[in-house]
Amino acid sequence: MTNALLICRKELRSYFASPIAYAVMAIFALIFGWTFFNASRDFVRFTLLQSQEGGGPISVNDQIIRPLLGFAGTIGLFLIPMITMRVFAEEKRTGTIELLLTSPVSDLEVIVGKWLGALTLYACVLGMSMLNLGLLFLWGKPDLKPTLVGYLGLLLQGGCLLALGTLISTMTKNQIIAGIATFFMALLLWLLSWFTAFDNTVTSQVVNYMSIVTHFENFGKGVLDSKDVIFYLSLTFLCLFLTARSLESLRWRS
Amino acid sequence: MIKVEGLTKRYARTVAVDNISFEVAKGQIVGFLGPNGAGKTTTMRVLTCFLPPTAGSATVAGYDVLEHPMQVKRRIGYLPETPPLYPEMEVREYLRFVGRLKRISSADLGRRVDDVTGRCALGDVRSKLISKLSKGYRQRVGLAAAIIHNPDVLILDEPTSGLDPKQIIEIRELLRSLAGEHTIILSTHILSEVEHTCDNVIIINQGKLVAIDTVSNLTNRLRGSESVMVEVEAPGGHPDPTQVQQKLEQAPGVSRVVMKDSKDSRLRFEVESLQGRHIRADLARAVVNSGWGLNELHAAGLSLEDIFLQLTAAEKHSAVPAEAAKGESQQ
Repeated sequence: MTNALLICRKELRSYFASPIAYAVMAIFALIFGWTFFNASRDFVRFTLLQSQEGGGPISVNDQIIRPLLGFAGTIGLFLIPMITMRVFAEEKRTGTIELLLTSPVSDLEVIVGKWLGALTLYACVLGMSMLNLGLLFLWGKPDLKPTLVGYLGLLLQGGCLLALGTLISTMTKNQIIAGIATFFMALLLWLLSWFTAFDNTVTSQVVNYMSIVTHFENFGKGVLDSKDVIFYLSLTFLCLFLTARSLESLRWRS
Repeated sequence: MIKVEGLTKRYARTVAVDNISFEVAKGQIVGFLGPNGAGKTTTMRVLTCFLPPTAGSATVAGYDVLEHPMQVKRRIGYLPETPPLYPEMEVREYLRFVGRLKRISSADLGRRVDDVTGRCALGDVRSKLISKLSKGYRQRVGLAAAIIHNPDVLILDEPTSGLDPKQIIEIRELLRSLAGEHTIILSTHILSEVEHTCDNVIIINQGKLVAIDTVSNLTNRLRGSESVMVEVEAPGGHPDPTQVQQKLEQAPGVSRVVMKDSKDSRLRFEVESLQGRHIRADLARAVVNSGWGLNELHAAGLSLEDIFLQLTAAEKHSAVPAEAAKGESQQ
């Protein structure tokens, strides 16, 4: 475990020494901030209208936080390939993979370390959105608990896609290919719920279950369901396990 | 310290290493020699647990590379052909990272980093970014990282490639200073390097073992016949090349005479002796007795280059190494 943390620290060092970390955080902050601004403006107009007509108060959680957290996950879909594309591809290209694989660390420690590094960066990216949502807590009274559950969901969902990206990054020396392949795989997992939105056969239910967004819905509402947690965790484990196999096959093939 | 038995490594279509066996004793420096693509890097990668062997076994310090890779990895320092450096790190930071990776305790880490920066003369660049370093410094950082955990066995893949002559000499001296406490295998295709640094030589070609011996034995073994350069000058006038050649050929013990060069009244010949004959005195006598001037006469010894070419070329027409081996056993 100390070795995994060592590698995780090194990964973070590499992210923040290159423009990647800053670029990803800036893109996220910009898009999220703009959406937040629009959502809050609409909310204010809507509440004014509502109070003139004598309606009851509307929930900040339902109107702003929930859709915005879902949207943060969507931005993540685009940013995650940028985070994971270099993870192994770069080490394979420059040959530093030889240092890692001939040092007394297990493959699994290397993989987990790298994944943890990517996850920490992703957490920092999501952290940017707290600046915006913090304003709501400063001037309004939204519920804290559902918001935290939403963030947990985002992290679990991100961890899953980051593991997928890590897996794909072991398969090529080319960062661009790794990035594009990760993006399309993630997009596929994302879109599975759309394909099956209008029918209710067993197949479509199964396919729908596989979609990575379906499982976020509960988190978004602030409901912590073990079913969803287990889905994300098991998909993450599967991807990391396959990464270990892929790294092993690298030794046999190369 | 290192024992390799029947090692074979096959890739999809090619056999990179074909049934190689050798042993390296503790404290030796062994040169691993062969043309590009001979299987040097592959063999080293098997020894460092980077690649598993297809067949055969390799043990380092008594631990098998397949069964106890962790034990092997702890005892090995490895410098691949391109040093595995992270350009975004500073030299000191990189060495600390590698040290931690090699399981050096945090109490010893600072001392070890200082030690290797001193040994590899990296003091001036210790807080520079690796991406800003020249090729020579990068190589030295790679070497420093390879020896940071004071490994029993040091495996270096072409440690002097791409360095300037001064740096090559520095690296050689560094390697010599490391020998004794460390067992070193270094691969190269530059032969003078082996002559200068190594105790033993392992020559491989096209994945097959061609020769294992000490440097001096190998030179002697193939230096059975002597090769002599002779320059003859006829006083006043042009000598007849064929006449001189005949005279030289008639000298006792001569097997072959080849004219190399003729300039004005001077002629140069390369004369080869029969096995185990010394012909220089007889050649001098033959020239002087014929009334010519003897300008120059010296033995053109076989360099390791020639030996290497002989051995690896012999591999192609595979009759010769058998003969060489026979010659060896008869001596």
